[in-house]
Amino acid sequence: MTQQEENQRLGIVVSGSLNKGVEVRLDSSASVEDMAVGRFVTIEGQKRRFFGMITDISLGVIDQNLTITPPNTSDPFIAEVLAGTSTYGTIHVLPTLTIGGDVATMIEGPQSVKTVPSHFSVVNLASQRDVELVFGSEDEKKFYIGTPLDMETKVCLDLAEFVKRSNGIFGKSGTGKTFLTRLLLIGMLQKGTAVNLVFDMHSEYGWESRSEEGRKVKALKQLFPSKVAVFTLDEESSRRRKVSTDFVVRIGYDEIEPEDIALLRQTLNLTEASVQAVYQLAREFGDRRWIEATLAMEDGDETKQLLTRLSIHESTYRNLRRGLETIRRLPFLLPHSPDNPVRRILEYLDKGINVVLEFGRYTDITAYILVANLLSRRIHAQYQEIMERAIGEDIAPPHPLVITIEEAHKFLNQEVASQTIFGIIAREMRKYNVTLLVIDQRPSGIDSEVMSQIGTKITCLLDNERDIDSVLTGVPNKSELKSVLSKLESRQQALIFGHAVPMPVVVRTREYGSAESYRDFISTKESKQAEKDIDELWK
Amino acid sequence: MNTDEVKRVGEVIEASTTEFVAQCYELYQSPPLGSLVKTKDLPLELYGVVYNATTTSLEPGRRPIARGKDEATEDEIYRSSPQLLKLLRSEFVALVVGHKDNGKLHHYLPPKPARIHSFVYQCPPDEVREFSQSFDFLNILLNAPIPVPTEEIIAACIRQMSQAYEDRHAFLVAAGKELAILLSGNLNQLKAILGGIRG
Repeated sequence: MTQQEENQRLGIVVSGSLNKGVEVRLDSSASVEDMAVGRFVTIEGQKRRFFGMITDISLGVIDQNLTITPPNTSDPFIAEVLAGTSTYGTIHVLPTLTIGGDVATMIEGPQSVKTVPSHFSVVNLASQRDVELVFGSEDEKKFYIGTPLDMETKVCLDLAEFVKRSNGIFGKSGTGKTFLTRLLLIGMLQKGTAVNLVFDMHSEYGWESRSEEGRKVKALKQLFPSKVAVFTLDEESSRRRKVSTDFVVRIGYDEIEPEDIALLRQTLNLTEASVQAVYQLAREFGDRRWIEATLAMEDGDETKQLLTRLSIHESTYRNLRRGLETIRRLPFLLPHSPDNPVRRILEYLDKGINVVLEFGRYTDITAYILVANLLSRRIHAQYQEIMERAIGEDIAPPHPLVITIEEAHKFLNQEVASQTIFGIIAREMRKYNVTLLVIDQRPSGIDSEVMSQIGTKITCLLDNERDIDSVLTGVPNKSELKSVLSKLESRQQALIFGHAVPMPVVVRTREYGSAESYRDFISTKESKQAEKDIDELWK
Repeated sequence: MNTDEVKRVGEVIEASTTEFVAQCYELYQSPPLGSLVKTKDLPLELYGVVYNATTTSLEPGRRPIARGKDEATEDEIYRSSPQLLKLLRSEFVALVVGHKDNGKLHHYLPPKPARIHSFVYQCPPDEVREFSQSFDFLNILLNAPIPVPTEEIIAACIRQMSQAYEDRHAFLVAAGKELAILLSGNLNQLKAILGGIRG
């Protein structure tokens, strides 16, 4: 880009307000068709420079008669004369930061705006330098996630800030959530800001999988073999895909607590009474034995007597029994587990090794909810304990832990958010150094209370009105962002806003999947194995 | 200044603050409608746009009579009655649109009108370009109470001026844009003028 293009003048500010943003009348030399929502502009106020984003583009006429009796625009001369004078374009700009100008911005960098530029301030397209000033450059804490629209500058996420809160990745199916998640996980690995526990429903984060174009895409374990452990629920599937797994997870019935069943109420189609019955049975048989005991109950007088004693209705019992049978069919559940997966996971996490739990063939939502909840609850409890001890004994707190869950609306919907561990983690945030990375395609299904606690939201294209609304809850200038969000391209574009970025930004996500991109991810001090892999790719 | 370029086209015979009337030295030799002319009253130089031209009998009460009944061509009439050239006269009226005071150009009315018997010159292309750097004069043209349709005069004036430019199109578009702003409330007038200056 040449110097001249960098300072491309667009127009002048003609009206506006701090709440709603400013209207910019385009010069006749700037074509409305060259504008795009989500692009960055700078406004040269008299005392400050403002940095903002185009949120809407519209057409204006100086005289309403023009719209009623349009001139003969097939004549290029007439069209040229009228463009920019009688007919003109306006863009709506949301100024979000001030860069340079006053003392505070010079010392502390970009500040959020508290005023608007004065009338007729000149509006330019933001230059590479401006964007760099706002989004910083890649360093020890900042991870390059993508580039702004029509620009080559890097947009960087402050990952240290990022992991301090729960975060969300949203978008319709097929818009690139998985790629974005991989990128973020790699970022966290690369910068070492947190350890991750990934509940990998479709087995795509640990080992290579195929992209939509059918290309093989490498995943975490291949890029960072020493920093990632792959756990699997489905040994066979992993073996077939030639994944080198570190541990096969088996869960005993005795580890399933009544709360775990309560969460599965919807997926197992249990009635409210059945859930109550679970607690009663657990009290009767003990927390560790109740599933086995219930499943062992046979039709007969004894059972009837027991049910009468516990005042559980026959139909409720049948309903519960059906649900438990579904769980029993899950092959990774055993009456007694030979090893303790929770302890194993914690061992790895404690060493700073990230854990990806593959579900293999068990992509069924029942299995996912059951396992994710069960493990997370115990891990969270352990973390809480360690953290409290760390505070009490004044020793180093454990690594910040980020738990990645997919299909988040199943865990965090209004009915169960208050009960699941994920609801608690999302709400109490960083107190115990555990945060969530939720991935979901129906954000409207997520409890609004949880949604409002999400620090940084990264959303790909969403087109359902309710989903858009729910993602943007609590965001100032919601309506402006709404138009940006609904106009994202369906691939490789995402809107990032919240804690880890100074202002909302639309990015074209960084490339992932080519040998070159892998090389970028792995710094020179990384293990030799990965480099060898890369070299092989080049052959 | 080179006299070849500065063509003398007449002499002022009537003047007011807003316009001056000049008589041509030769019959029918008035400058084209809309062209930029100037007259000097040093240190003032007055610029005007020709908005009307007339050819009438020298004596107001005496009308010419038809003479061509026995002549074969129109030119024959003048050849057989050479006195005609002396009995008729051509005049043109220019609307004052600006002036130069001590070499500095202003696009507003001069402090005093032209003097009678000042010579009137047609402006050479250089001067037309200099004068048309600003379109402020269009406003005077638009608001002048003249008996000729303003749209016609403006269109003619812009057409004339554009001939002084190499890139005629760019000049016409720039002028058109200025008019579009001035005539933002009067779309039909704008359309009429644009129709007149197109291409």
